[in-house]
Formats: sequence, C-alpha cells, structure tokens
Amino acid sequence: MELLVASAIGILTAAGIYLMLRRRTFPVILGLSLLTYGVNIFLFATGRLVTGAPPILNKYAEVAYADPLPQALVLTAIVISFGMTAVVVMIALAAYLSAKDDNINMTHTTEAGEDA
Amino acid sequence: MNHLLIAPVVLPALVAPFIIMALRYHIDLQRVFSVASCVLLTVIAVALTAQAADGTVQVYELGNWQAPFGIVLVLDRLSALMVLLTAVLGLGVVLYAMGSGWDERGANFHALFQFQLMGIMGAFLTGDAFNLFVFFEVLLIASYGLMIHGGGTRRFQAGVQYVVYNLIGSSLFLFALGTLYAVTGTLNMADLAVRVAELPASDTAILRVGAIMLLLVFAIKAALLPLHFWLPASYANAPLPVAALFAIMTKVGAYAILRMYTLVFAPDVPAAAGLMEAWLLPAALMTAAIGAFGVLGSREIGHLAAFGAITSVGTLLTAISLFTPEAAAAAIYYIVHSTFTAAALFLIADMVMERQGGEITAKPVMAHSGLISALFFVAAIAMAGMPPLSGFLGKLLVLDAARDHALAPWVWAVILISSLVTILGLARAGTAIFWKSHGLDTPEDYVAEAPNPAPSTALTFVTVIGLLGLLGLYTVAAGPVMRYAEATAADLFDRRAYVETVLANRDRPVEDPNDAHSHDTFHHADHNEDTYPQPDAQSEESH
Repeated sequence: MELLVASAIGILTAAGIYLMLRRRTFPVILGLSLLTYGVNIFLFATGRLVTGAPPILNKYAEVAYADPLPQALVLTAIVISFGMTAVVVMIALAAYLSAKDDNINMTHTTEAGEDA
Repeated sequence: MNHLLIAPVVLPALVAPFIIMALRYHIDLQRVFSVASCVLLTVIAVALTAQAADGTVQVYELGNWQAPFGIVLVLDRLSALMVLLTAVLGLGVVLYAMGSGWDERGANFHALFQFQLMGIMGAFLTGDAFNLFVFFEVLLIASYGLMIHGGGTRRFQAGVQYVVYNLIGSSLFLFALGTLYAVTGTLNMADLAVRVAELPASDTAILRVGAIMLLLVFAIKAALLPLHFWLPASYANAPLPVAALFAIMTKVGAYAILRMYTLVFAPDVPAAAGLMEAWLLPAALMTAAIGAFGVLGSREIGHLAAFGAITSVGTLLTAISLFTPEAAAAAIYYIVHSTFTAAALFLIADMVMERQGGEITAKPVMAHSGLISALFFVAAIAMAGMPPLSGFLGKLLVLDAARDHALAPWVWAVILISSLVTILGLARAGTAIFWKSHGLDTPEDYVAEAPNPAPSTALTFVTVIGLLGLLGLYTVAAGPVMRYAEATAADLFDRRAYVETVLANRDRPVEDPNDAHSHDTFHHADHNEDTYPQPDAQSEESH
C-alpha cells in the first residue's frame, strides 16, 4: 500500500507540474487540479497509513485507530481547492473570451487601452 | 477568555454576507456598512493594541477546545500591531474607493473587501499553522475577486497569472504543513515550537525540508526575489486602490516569516540551524535592488508603484533575515511605514491614471496637477527613504542593526544604492508627469483622453493626505513606536511567554494523562465537552 500511495502522489505531482508549465490556460488548470489531488493524498498519508481502523479513540480498550486530524485537514483542503479551481476556471474563461486567446502570457497585441 | 480577540475576524465575516444578501443593489447602503465596519475594526484594533501593549499574551480557544488540539487565536504585541495597521489601511482604502467611484465599476466590491480584511486579520491573529493556511485562502479568494474588479482584457489575463501563481503557492503550503505534521504530530504553532526544539538535530532531515517549503510559500506571498514575478503584473493591472490594500498582503508573508522563524524554527533551534542564513539575506538584498531598478525602468505609473512596493519588501526582509532583536525591531518599525507608503503611492498613481492614463510621459496638464504633484513628492520622499519622513528613520534603523553582521558592507551598499536608484526613478517619473507637461503646447480644443473621466471628489484627496499625515505622525512618534517595537522584538526572541500562555490549558480536562482511561475522568470534568474523549498528548506521540 505504501508503494501505491507514494507512487500515486509522485505521479500526480509530476504530471501536475508538467502540465502547469504549458502555455495555454486549460492544461495549466488541469495541472493545478492534478497537483491538488496529489497534495490531498499526501496530506492523508501524513497521519500514517492504517486500514480498517476507526478514526476515534476507544476509552475502554487498546484498539488501533486512524489519526483523525489529517482526515479533517484533507476535507478542508479538498473544499478549498475545489472552490479555487472553480474561480480560476471562471477568470480564465473571462480572459479567453475577452482576449480571444487562451495563452497564459500577457498578450501585448490586444487593445490595452480600455482599462490600462 | 476575552471575546474581543475574535471580533476582528467575526465582524467583517458578518458584514460581508449581509452586504451581499441584503444590500446587493444599494451602493449607498453598502458604503455605509463597509465604512462603519472599517471604523469599528479600527476601534477594536486600538483596544486590542492597548491590551497587548503591556506584553501580556492573550489566547482565544475556539469552541473552548484547549490549545494543542483546538484552534487558538493569539494576541501579542506583534499581531496587535499588524491588526491595527490592517484596520487603518482598510479604512483609508475603502474611503478612497468610494471617493474615486471605483467601488461602482463592478459588483460586490465592498463584500469582497470585507472578506479580504477578514482573511488578513485572521492570518495575523491565528496561532495554528493550518488555520494560517485557511486564512491565507480566505484573503486570496477575496483578492482574486478584487483583482479583476472592473474587468478588462489585461486585468483578466493578469488575474489568471495571479490566481495560478497563488494556487501553486497554496499547494506548496499544504505539502509543507503535511511534512511538518508527519514529523511532529501537531500543527499548533506553540506546540510545534516545543516539539521542534526537542528533536535532536540528526532526526530533522524531513522537518528541514518542510521548513524550507514553508519559507518558499511565505517568500511567494512576500514577493522575495526569485518568486516575485507575480507582483508587478498583478498589482499594476489590478484596480490601483485594490493594489493599495494589497500592500498589506506582502506584509502578511513577511509577518509569517517573522513569526514562524522566530517561534518554531528559531535560529537557536538545532532543527533550523543553518537553514536560512546562507541565502535569505542575499535574496532580500537582491529584492531591494531589483525593485529599485524596476522603479527606474517603469514605463507606467502602476508598475512604478508596484516596484516601489517590491523594493520596500526587500528592505523589510533584509531586516528580518538578520534575525537579531535589534533588526527585528527595525523591521517592525519599517513594516508600518512601508505599508502606508506603498498604499499612498498606489493611490496617487490611481489619481494620475484616472486623469491622463498610466504612461510616464509628458501630457497636457491634468486637473489638480499641483496638488497631486505635491502628494507624489511627499510619497516619493517616504518611499525613497529621505529625511524628514519615517522611511529615513526606518532605513537608518535597518542599517544600524546590520552593523555587526558579516555581510554588513553588502547590506549598507545595496540599501543605500537602491535608495539612490529609487530616488532617480521617482524623480524621473515625477518630472515627466508633473513638470514637463507645463512646457507642452496644449491645443485649444484639447480634451484629456482619460480612460475614466469620472471626477474625483475631495474624499480621495482627504484620504491620501490623511495617509501621508499618518506617516508624518509616525515619524514624530518614532520614540514611543520604537519602544513598542523593541519590546515586540524581545518577545519574539524570548518565546517562553507565548508558548506557555498558549499551552497553559493543555491538561485541563484530564488531570493526569495516565488516568485518561479510568472513569475518574468524568468526576474531574467541569465542562460538557470534556466528557468526550479527546486525543491527549500520549496518543499523539504514540505514532
């Protein structure tokens, strides 16, 4: 399981970074999503990998338990990254519709006059 | 518990949704509530600063969960000062935005503004590293909305870059926090300080990786040199009053570095030994230098103000990266000065841009040219660090604090030369915009081609004069402020009071960790929530 989780984090992060270095906004946003998936699994794994254990202490017996804190952290991180991805998609769409170009760089050929 | 501690976070968090839901179509009422909220925040911040001024550290336990397990807000001298700075700046910027009509050029300006203030206040007050991440995200998501306020192609494109850059930073932040948690089993800053200090130096390889990743995140926020590329395009293309508020955001990064790297990864902790000395100071010096050259080379006044902000961040981080109490006191003095100066310069840049566009070239004389040029002159003196304003004192303090450092000649040379280059750049811009325009032959039928010909009201001038007046006051009050800053720096480097206050209640419900599994616990419990089993120190360490 350790190998599976570790390689999943590695592959997601590597693919995310590769896509983020592309020039168009769509691959960049996909890359960001992959990176956030990678970081979510990483966060989940920071509480050690335990299978089949409840995330709660048992008062009356010494039972194995999963660390609940990373689970709470990863929930927060998922919600935040989901919201952020939605925002970046909307802004990228606005930029694309406005500039007729989804290059991530600032295009100097567009009419900059209207608000500059 | 003192509930005033959480007021700076709760107040804007209540006002913002109220503005969205109840006042969406009433710009006048939005303005009333937004200004009222900012005024109230300033009053609260003054009260909090007065409470913290004697050195007491106050802790607010959210949901009454004790420190290492629940989230805490911590008020000490440093966070009180930063909260006050944010509140005053927020009030100034919201008044300017109303006076210039910027808040009407798109939807929901005031609601986003309040959310932004909420995030900044929370970031300054929190005592929990993951909560710091959450407040960073709150302030960022509000800043994304403010950044593209008013719309326009260039602004959207700059907005995409800004959002993508910050999302990468947020992911890095999560990686760093995960690494810290995996090693120490805690994310409470005071608890982190205890655990990190206990680790022997041989076991800290992963922890040091986490510490460096965290520093990179804060360096992105503070726009430290190799990671500063997002700032000029974002700030220059954002609505400039918004950029004036963003002047505090680079300081959030600087504050986080100052807090985390004196509390958790202090230079005397074996886990952090040798982590930053080698390169943080050179990077800060290069930031100051590149900012100065950016000021000299800017073709637009928005870029000029943005590079001015970068050079002041460079000076600030130079002081922070010396990691001595004297340098930290100088940094704390300079942080207030540089925030107000950068904000004032952005607002003046907006005045120019509203009247004749952003280019730094001679154009026919604009309206209110004399008054604006006088304000620009004062702000330029403050930015360049010339007497008589507080920039001079701040830079002098930084230079004085660096005197015994091994790299002192470099610090002196870079700060003095970059100040000179900044003076040249500001003088060039001021001459081109305000002076040469009088020599031009203005055609009889000339109409100013201002992109936004909305007339600025007196309120904009009052706000900018007020901000610059505060700078003057800050210079006059340098003595008391420096005593406060020195006390703050002493607190930072003697972190026992902070750690002990935050962790004072960690054993409150369970008297003895060894009794945690016995029924006696119920008899000791004096609150309802204490009857729930809580993870105690023992179970945290059992991993």
